[in-house]
Amino acid sequence: MNDALGMPQTAVVLGGTSDIARSVMRGLATRRLRHVVLAGRDEPGLEDAAKELKALGVASVETITWDAIDEATHGALARDVAGRMGQVDLVLVAVGVLGEQDICESDPSATASVLRTNFTGLAAAMVAFAQILRSQGQGRLVVLSSVAGVRVRRSNFVYGASKAGLDAFAQGLAEALRPTGAGVTIVRPGWVATRMTAGRSPAPMATTPEAVAADIIRGLERRADVVWSPASLKVLFALLRLLPKSVWRLVPG
Amino acid sequence: MLTAAASAGRTVVARGLARSYGDAAQSAGGVVLDTTAMAAVHDSDLEAGWVRVDAGVSLDTLMRWLVPKGWWVPVTPGTRYVTVGGAIAADIHGKNHHRDGSFCSHVSALTLATPGGTREITPGGDAELFWATAGGMGLTGIVLEATIRLLRVETAYMLVDTERATDLEDAMARMTARDDEYRYSVAWIDCLAKGRRLGRAVLTRAEHADLVNLSGHSAGDPLAFDPRVLLEVPITPPGGLLNPLTVAAFNEMWYRKAPRWQARKPETLASYFHPLDALGSWNRLYGPRGFIQYQFVVPFDAEDALRVVLERVSNARTASFLAVLKRFGEANPGPLSFPTAGWTLALDIPAGSPGLGGMLDELDVVVAEAGGRVYLAKDSRLRPELLGAMYPRLGEWREVRDRVDPDCRLVSDLARRLGLVEPVAQHRQSRARGQSRARSTTGARR
Repeated sequence: MNDALGMPQTAVVLGGTSDIARSVMRGLATRRLRHVVLAGRDEPGLEDAAKELKALGVASVETITWDAIDEATHGALARDVAGRMGQVDLVLVAVGVLGEQDICESDPSATASVLRTNFTGLAAAMVAFAQILRSQGQGRLVVLSSVAGVRVRRSNFVYGASKAGLDAFAQGLAEALRPTGAGVTIVRPGWVATRMTAGRSPAPMATTPEAVAADIIRGLERRADVVWSPASLKVLFALLRLLPKSVWRLVPG
Repeated sequence: MLTAAASAGRTVVARGLARSYGDAAQSAGGVVLDTTAMAAVHDSDLEAGWVRVDAGVSLDTLMRWLVPKGWWVPVTPGTRYVTVGGAIAADIHGKNHHRDGSFCSHVSALTLATPGGTREITPGGDAELFWATAGGMGLTGIVLEATIRLLRVETAYMLVDTERATDLEDAMARMTARDDEYRYSVAWIDCLAKGRRLGRAVLTRAEHADLVNLSGHSAGDPLAFDPRVLLEVPITPPGGLLNPLTVAAFNEMWYRKAPRWQARKPETLASYFHPLDALGSWNRLYGPRGFIQYQFVVPFDAEDALRVVLERVSNARTASFLAVLKRFGEANPGPLSFPTAGWTLALDIPAGSPGLGGMLDELDVVVAEAGGRVYLAKDSRLRPELLGAMYPRLGEWREVRDRVDPDCRLVSDLARRLGLVEPVAQHRQSRARGQSRARSTTGARR
């Protein structure tokens, strides 16, 4: 059951090894978390994350091998998780691949793979968990989107388009869940120093998984619809969206 | 209704006028029964002073009916807009707890609908179930009717003594010394005052006024009782109007406005007991994010804990608008009934205050270590692990509860959040089931 300050007692993480997700779970573990399910592809990574949460005092942490692109398994996963937890308070959707933009531009299947992981697979998973939240009449779905989807750029438009799709889908799902008591929070971080971005040069206003996690937890407390991280990106992107294409092309990052 | 819900596989909880600050009368995905349509008076003896009414009757209705006849509801909280059923479920208290105990001490019988059937219970008949229901947060059954003993009054007025206390020490000393001389006693605390003035307070202690105490207009119609809503907060201002600045200004004004010492000033019942009822929808002043109420009690020998809490709240600059301090008398036999002998402090804090969750978690530990507890009717965020320490007779209560509702049909969000309704045995079983299922699912490991 989520409490009045939005703190969950149970959580399922899709993409349980994500740096941002692990940071969020670490923060929530010190508050109310007692039952967590970590789902993902990287088994040793999931075990590692589970061990850490147990050490932080979370009573029950389970891991499930799961791939976002196996859409057929999503419904069963959601029902299985709900059965184990009783109430699913938080669904954190943290799956994401950056993809190699250069390769994607010449390889149709590489492009499709990024879109399928970041968008269609996750949209299907969100539908599966939305069913659970709807029947519970409570619970929150937190979706890691990105400012890359707010206005896509030449240098990473495949990743950007996948996030734009995910973001738009989450906005619609939020409206669909509004009358049910469940809710959706969309997180739009800027450039974050994670394993996903390792080896790439940081964009302006780069941030850390810890800072994004802190923003997400504050967002949970106020049941925010959208969390920008850092918060100043909200204003910045309101302006960037208005730039003429000829100028947008010249913006670094 | 209970049977219908049970056969549909759904859970039920009753709701009165929804004045609980937390999630006691909410149930995500479950059935919430609005009891306010059950508002009939069944029987009364206005010579002996008792009434038998439906659980959905509000204290407001009772008072408007009974005060002109010379009777008062013996325990009233800070608002009249609570139902009899809710008053029993939360075992509410008032400014006279040190003298008269809590609401259920004045209930001589109640009719309780449980999944096993409807039963009539009295403190003498089925004491276990009666006291498990007193403060049982509606989780032992749905109160249908209750018989309440009344208090005889000659007038609809109070004689109020007001005095200022310069700090917490002073306030507690004044209350300890002379509370027993009054039927009603309470102190308003300025939570934003710091340092030397930490806990400065205005004490208001009172007795019911007799006819001889009245003069002029009020003597002409001594039992007139017709409180009005003077002002309605029409909208929820974005961001709210209550912040450290406005509250500090209000507190300064309120403290200075109070007389240093004033004796036996006649006031109406409503202005003494229910001042906030005159400001309709006052909760809107907190803005769309609302507020958290935090009320706890610590034993008399743990006064340091009270000081620690007040210091932390004061240092955090969280704008606590309403802070109320009171001395409780002895506890009644209810295992989940909140009041126990000691100091109780109630705080209203805007929910958006930064760091509020973490601070309240720390305060919980201070309270629990001092042998105190928080009030479940006001709770919306307690860490479930601390519940057993705060309510040591929780196991005893669970046994009675499980006896009347073995299938856990009576569930609220509060119950789910704090793990109140899951029977201990079943809790272990479901864990074991979860483990074996986790092992059997392909690819799932622990």
